[in-house]
Amino acid sequence: MKALAGACLLIFVLAAASLFVGVSDVTPGKLIGADAGSRALQVLLASRIPRTLAIILAGMSMAVAGFIMQMLARNRFVEPSTAGTMESASLGMLVVTLLAPQAPVMGKMLAASAFALAGTALFLRILRSIPLRSVLIVPLVGIMMGNVISAVATFIAYRFDLLQALAAWTTGDFSSVLRGRYELLWLSFLLTGIAYFAADRFTVAGLGEDFTTNLGLHYRRVLRLGLVIVSMVTASVVATVGMVPFVGLIVPNIVAMAMGDNMRHALPWVAILGAGLVLACDLAGRLIRFPYEIPVGTVMGVVGSALFLALLLRKRRQLG
Amino acid sequence: MIEIENVSKAYGRSVVVDGVTLTLPSRGITSIIGPNGAGKSTLLSMVSRLLPMDRGHVRVDGLDIADAASDVLARRLSILRQDNSISVRLTVRELVTFGRYPHSKGRPTAADREHVERALGYLGLDGLADRFLDELSGGQRQRAFVAMVLCQDTDYMLLDEPLNNLDMKHAVSMMQLLRGAADEFGKTVVLVLHDINFASCYSDHIVAMRDGRVIHQGSPEALIRPDVLAEIYDLDIAVETIGGRPIGIYYLGSGSARRQQMPGPNG
Amino acid sequence: MARHRPTIVLVLLSLLALAAMAAFMTVGAKGQWSFVLPFRGIRLAALLLVAYAVAVSTVLFQTITNNRILTPSIMGFDALYILIQTVVVFAFGSAHLASLGPNVLFVVEVAVMVAFSALLYRWLLSGDVRGLHLLLLVGVIFGALFRSLSNLMQRMIDPLDFAVLQDRFFASFNTVHSEILGMAGLAVVAVSVAGWRLFRTFDVLALGRENAINLGLEHRRLISVVLVLVTILVSVSTALVGPVTFFGLLVANLAYQLAGSPRHGVVLPVAILLAVICLVGGQIVLQHLFAFDTALSVVIEFLGGITFILLLLSRTRR
Repeated sequence: MKALAGACLLIFVLAAASLFVGVSDVTPGKLIGADAGSRALQVLLASRIPRTLAIILAGMSMAVAGFIMQMLARNRFVEPSTAGTMESASLGMLVVTLLAPQAPVMGKMLAASAFALAGTALFLRILRSIPLRSVLIVPLVGIMMGNVISAVATFIAYRFDLLQALAAWTTGDFSSVLRGRYELLWLSFLLTGIAYFAADRFTVAGLGEDFTTNLGLHYRRVLRLGLVIVSMVTASVVATVGMVPFVGLIVPNIVAMAMGDNMRHALPWVAILGAGLVLACDLAGRLIRFPYEIPVGTVMGVVGSALFLALLLRKRRQLG
Repeated sequence: MIEIENVSKAYGRSVVVDGVTLTLPSRGITSIIGPNGAGKSTLLSMVSRLLPMDRGHVRVDGLDIADAASDVLARRLSILRQDNSISVRLTVRELVTFGRYPHSKGRPTAADREHVERALGYLGLDGLADRFLDELSGGQRQRAFVAMVLCQDTDYMLLDEPLNNLDMKHAVSMMQLLRGAADEFGKTVVLVLHDINFASCYSDHIVAMRDGRVIHQGSPEALIRPDVLAEIYDLDIAVETIGGRPIGIYYLGSGSARRQQMPGPNG
Repeated sequence: MARHRPTIVLVLLSLLALAAMAAFMTVGAKGQWSFVLPFRGIRLAALLLVAYAVAVSTVLFQTITNNRILTPSIMGFDALYILIQTVVVFAFGSAHLASLGPNVLFVVEVAVMVAFSALLYRWLLSGDVRGLHLLLLVGVIFGALFRSLSNLMQRMIDPLDFAVLQDRFFASFNTVHSEILGMAGLAVVAVSVAGWRLFRTFDVLALGRENAINLGLEHRRLISVVLVLVTILVSVSTALVGPVTFFGLLVANLAYQLAGSPRHGVVLPVAILLAVICLVGGQIVLQHLFAFDTALSVVIEFLGGITFILLLLSRTRR
């Protein structure tokens, strides 16, 4: 408990830093005694606070989504970006933008969720033909499935001149988050809450279908619940800020090394560290080349793939 | 009492369980034996509702498993399959606590925790309780799974080859433990066993399967006999009585069986 | 019939490849031939070089790694080349680069690439990373890391510089970097001459490490040499048209199916011809029949990705 409080404190520090880092000059000093119309206060309310909240919400929910997927696929190396979920969601955004450009964001996000759900279900379907022991083939198939889906998306985007829009969904970027444009992410927060509520079910499902049935749970129902949560979380993140890869892979793995997979215990840690990781990466993206910004998706790509490699090589004795 | 009525299962053309009708008595240990591919595990999976059956009915204390709510069944009957590879990183105690899930729905009470500690102690896992499963040996992990099932505290415990991965010492103590569960707590234990001598020494009742059918059942004395065993396993097995128990000596095989295994020059 | 199959396949494929090349030069041409022919000729030459480089590098890489799923691009070779390109731009700055000229730059990049990949992939293939799946996944993630790193560095370059240099990074089948055509051709010829001298060992290497050693090959040294050749070829194709992850996989596996013989004397030419037919023919079909301009690489990614998944799955089911 004490450690968890410490981690929360760290998040507060990072979040505070996130509030005060940026091109326009917002400092605590300027805010104290500022009148309602001051520029610093406006920037804080319209941009910095929404951005920081969006980062925290997206980081938490993506990490938890990855955790759930690892339970459902019974594989350590699965997360929305290694199972075709993210790519399916962005394909969904593309298709709905083509067919119904006037649809509200919520509608687009629901369509993207449907695509993400279909893509992930297809992935799990393919997994059933793979023996459980071939651990590494699972993320390989998932990554390649993602590649195939994004090839389809690129093809469509190219034909209809939507490459720019597609790029917005494929590269995670918080720089354009403003008040009124990120609130969808509260939905993924809600879904994360539901995941905590159902944590034991997911842990049991992670033990396998036979165990689940033996303990009197309906495996398919747990699977469906998890799939819906994961798809909607991924879709809402892709729709608002774009793909944030690897968070759902790195964070649960690190947490599992320290305290295991019992979701009831580990989920708060996964959520907090997920938020922390994305906050840190976004801050780094803002600072590396100040005043220009490097999108969080790019920073996360470097950090995430490097950590993923470290993870693979560390475990290589058991995996090979 | 588990009543199995005309239960069948086929995969495509190959019939794995073929119209089995069987009553498993309450209390005591029932062992199911038979050669590979006899349908033992499949039958156990169907009885425990892990595998849907093509035809037939199974009733546990009069409760039809096809209609009964899964969580109700989970408080009456527990099943442990033989192949339990899990990638989830849990400690032994966490795993065993999940055995209480059907009772506590994930909110373990003090009574549940007591159950957990008792099961851990019973299987000699006290010292390992806070270790992660992936840090244990195969035998220790197997004991952890059995502890979980024990902790589920159901009247019926179905175990598919529980001696897998156990060395001689632990195999014997596992069988003694199951015997104790049957005698002291009045449990009904149903096992799939490969070793006929463990079945002979520890069961009250033995069921022999072959080619998807039950071909013999009865007490150990009635089943562990050269003529019956030859019919089940296609192997001449001498039987000697050691310590009051019939023990099959099958290690040496028989001339006829060896000849069958070695194809002649014409294949 | 079976004995003549390789010959028949080779003749048929040669005819198809020639037809594709002829079509590439002539179909839909408007205006002066004296303008059209040299213009298309240069692009055709570049495509031929790429086809040759991809086919040979993939087949040889699969020979030394003894499997049919690993390819240099799946293992991140071309992503590494892009990263090196980026680092060179980053280190020298765009002003310097202009004065160096594209050819010098290409040579520098290839040299750095050979040095780096020799270190990295010799370690990866040395047996320290065991198991095909682990190797594949590590390679794929290395590729992702290289891509993200070059992405990051491209963002760190001054945005104005970046705009000027963007063209350098995004080579494609349509914006072939023909200015280095001569140097690339020279590199391919050099690799081929070196490869020719080793040609007889390839069939033995394909038998696997133990067998090759038993038959008296200096396995370690040979693997290193072949790896260098492969690296140069990958550099050539990536420098000319950018990364195309699955092209090699498609061509090589198609070649194994069609060739009817595992000998490199058959497989290599079949793979090269198939690559030519796919690239040149595919370009014509997409451009003139469907009017899709730059879609070829996307189509290759799509088909190649599916092929890869099927190959992986069929291997684990067995």
